[in-house]
Amino acid sequence: MEYKRIRLPLSNEDILGLRAGEAVLLSGELYTARDAAHKRLFAMLQGAQGAGLPQGWPLSAPCAIYYAGPCPAAPGEVIGPCGPTTSARMDVYTPAILSAGATALIGKGPRSPAVLAALRGRAVYFAVTGGAGMLIASSIKKVEMAAFPELGTEAIRRFIIEDMPAIVACDSAGGNLYAR
Amino acid sequence: MRIIQSEAIVSAVRDACIEACCCLPADVTCALEKARDQETGHARAVLEQLLENAALSATAMRPCCQDTGMAVVFADIGQEVHFKGDFNAAVNEGVSAGYHEGYLRKSVVSALSRENTGDNTPAILHIRLVPGDSLELTIAPKGFGSENMSRVYMLTPAQGKAGVLDAVVETALCAGACACPPGVVGVGIGGTMEAAALLAKRQLLRPLGRPSAEPELAEMEAEALERINQSNIGPMGLSGKTTALAVHMAQMPTHIAGLPVAVNMQCHACRHASRRL
Repeated sequence: MEYKRIRLPLSNEDILGLRAGEAVLLSGELYTARDAAHKRLFAMLQGAQGAGLPQGWPLSAPCAIYYAGPCPAAPGEVIGPCGPTTSARMDVYTPAILSAGATALIGKGPRSPAVLAALRGRAVYFAVTGGAGMLIASSIKKVEMAAFPELGTEAIRRFIIEDMPAIVACDSAGGNLYAR
Repeated sequence: MRIIQSEAIVSAVRDACIEACCCLPADVTCALEKARDQETGHARAVLEQLLENAALSATAMRPCCQDTGMAVVFADIGQEVHFKGDFNAAVNEGVSAGYHEGYLRKSVVSALSRENTGDNTPAILHIRLVPGDSLELTIAPKGFGSENMSRVYMLTPAQGKAGVLDAVVETALCAGACACPPGVVGVGIGGTMEAAALLAKRQLLRPLGRPSAEPELAEMEAEALERINQSNIGPMGLSGKTTALAVHMAQMPTHIAGLPVAVNMQCHACRHASRRL
């Protein structure tokens, strides 16, 4: 398997150039957010007055979002096992999150037609291997709390990663690896 | 009569929770190796990652998957056993201790408020009274990527065997990539709604790929597995020959009016550990 090295957040060239089926090694900055954090982010966006991002918006824009909730770190670990959760549960929130500046989404499994449409021209969805929690954790080099610490494993954390193996699952031109 | 102390139950449950989350059983890694040898491309790369992950996890005694599940506890209690202390409380104390001391993820929340219970309790406890004076505990941490994709069908008698097979295949195909394939498909046929569901879950504990002792069911298992693997969903939904490692079926008598079928999806991390007291 040949891997392309990719930086997060994605460059415009990568957003438009990556194609479904390409194997990549992801490095750079990402934020974790899963069910509970998405619900809160979505409520913030809905409650926002006027243009621009809501006050207190915890993500940079553009940014990469990883659907994951880690195990607690054992002594000596940067983080516990931290593989992806099922992306489809986030579908209902994803078009809004993309509008707020996410340009890369990372998770596992297929996305809804609405998400595929919202990716067009502006973002890429990567799949990482579900259940490979230890292997993926070994690519996470730095962790800090970014928002909602009271959500525990579902809090938003900022990671610095190096060479996380992933596959371009849905690209910005409508390519979809899960299409049958 | 034999007395079993609460403390013994607490430590057995604690240790089994940690072992189950960190050590993928050998029958599962063997099945993943066999699957890897048949695959190419992304499917092969995924299976190689899972095997490397399982080795890392067992060496470090850390969970192979961050979803360390709800703790499903099967307790076969010898009817000559007497418990000193509260048995249910001891099981939950063991789960709490295992998830804290093992740095496992606490994934249990109250259903509607979504507030985390903080220690992964309550356990889902299934008790059976059996002859004898010992206690057999099996802990099966159940992740919800796969649990979410499980189904119960209340078929009619007219739908028969063909209906059962269609239900099993339909569930596995609809689960697709979300259930973290290739895993195990547990099937409970007959009984009542909840009995079929529990029977299906118990099939996930069977040695992987050992056919049912009933020839009719063994044949149905093979047919369902073949149909599921012809789907080309493949490891993690990235196409390939292996969508399921095994289909395990069991049946029990049911009502003249019905044919319940429960299909419990299990991801590739088919985890369980047992202790005998």
